[in-house]
Amino acid sequence: MAIDKRITAVAEKLQGIKDGATVMLSGFGGAGFANTLILALRDAGPRDLTMVSNSATHLLGRTQVLIEANMVRKVICSAARGRGKELSPFEEQWKAGKIELEVLPQGTMAERIRAGGAGIPAFYTPAGVGTDLVKGKEIRRFNGRDYVLETAIEGDLALIRGDLADRFGNVTFRGTQANFGPAMATACKLSIVEVFATQAEAIPPERVMLPGVFVDHVLAVGGR
Amino acid sequence: MAKLNRLQMAWRAAQDLQEGMVVNLGLGMPVACSDYVPAGREIIFQSENGVISAGPLAAPGAADPDLVDAGSRQITIAVGGSVIDSTASFAMIRGGHIDVTLLGAFEVAANGDLANWDSRIPDKGPLVGGAMDLAASAKAVWVIMEHTTRKGAPRLLDRCTLPLTAPACVKRIYTDLAVLSVTPEGFVVHEIVPGVSQAELQAATGAKLHFAPDCGVLLSPDIADAG
Repeated sequence: MAIDKRITAVAEKLQGIKDGATVMLSGFGGAGFANTLILALRDAGPRDLTMVSNSATHLLGRTQVLIEANMVRKVICSAARGRGKELSPFEEQWKAGKIELEVLPQGTMAERIRAGGAGIPAFYTPAGVGTDLVKGKEIRRFNGRDYVLETAIEGDLALIRGDLADRFGNVTFRGTQANFGPAMATACKLSIVEVFATQAEAIPPERVMLPGVFVDHVLAVGGR
Repeated sequence: MAKLNRLQMAWRAAQDLQEGMVVNLGLGMPVACSDYVPAGREIIFQSENGVISAGPLAAPGAADPDLVDAGSRQITIAVGGSVIDSTASFAMIRGGHIDVTLLGAFEVAANGDLANWDSRIPDKGPLVGGAMDLAASAKAVWVIMEHTTRKGAPRLLDRCTLPLTAPACVKRIYTDLAVLSVTPEGFVVHEIVPGVSQAELQAATGAKLHFAPDCGVLLSPDIADAG
């Protein structure tokens, strides 16, 4: 039987996501949010999730629907401030003590995810040294400069947005869709990518931006 | 007294960007700098979400929601540009490949300490974004900021009162009143807007100012700031 990672419905694939799972959501500035998959995860309804996403809430993404559905216990992000003076859905629950927050320098977050998918348990970075964010973390000096030890993040589920995918699960991105997506795909046990369109024909090798090895399922949702 | 508006501050900082520099612009006033680079000077603007050679904002009707900068603005990519993912973008940043990052700030201290990520607004979540990676690893950190708070309290201080983004990283500061550098001796003033005396500038500053021997006048063109 030929490899074919294309699916036409995602609900069944999300049934194995248990309470307490760590879920990574790609997306930055309106590009690369897997909004169809996020809504499907909301409908699947696992609770006590750890949500790893660059923004806790974003006007153009639907990461907040998981928070509004009271499915999220902890958020790991670099941007936890909603726009405007009103509190975002995240800020409401954070203020009420219902959600734990781990805020990270964006590059540290990206690299912790990359490390998680690359078999690297921890690494040292200069970002955050000398600030409140690294309190309690190990500091070590290399070549006369201080660095902080940061550990890898691994996940149970990555929900990613791409442009095109083939039956092998190979994915391309357009514009700035990629952002955290390729790293998240490597770091999670189950990686699902929603795309504008899927095709049986293989994407030319040199145009593949996320190899299907890191992808479990691809779902065509349109909406380019 | 002729305080600069926000766009004039961005204009002034942009004049100091040199041909071929790789420059990352922070949210707020800094992103406006790309509009004021002197004609014919090629600068490579990197945006932390993975854009290399960010171009002007997309024209109405041509905007692509899949192509945005770190400020969520729908942009274009300039000739010679490329797109990378977040891990490669921060490898570029942490690896010392950014010549200048221009950031906003709440406070800067006389030793170059930068506070620009947590203003302690009650109940609003913290927003660190890429600022700590940039401040720690760009070859030069320049800041565009208002010299004082709306209530007139100084933002240039002996020590920051707000949580730090990175210690001892700021090299230059462009305010609505002056252009300054941070040196081992502290703040050195290079230009002051017309109508503000050295004593008045010192009074608006929370740390000792030194004045460069060639301290000049900070002039900028008229630019309407609708925002």
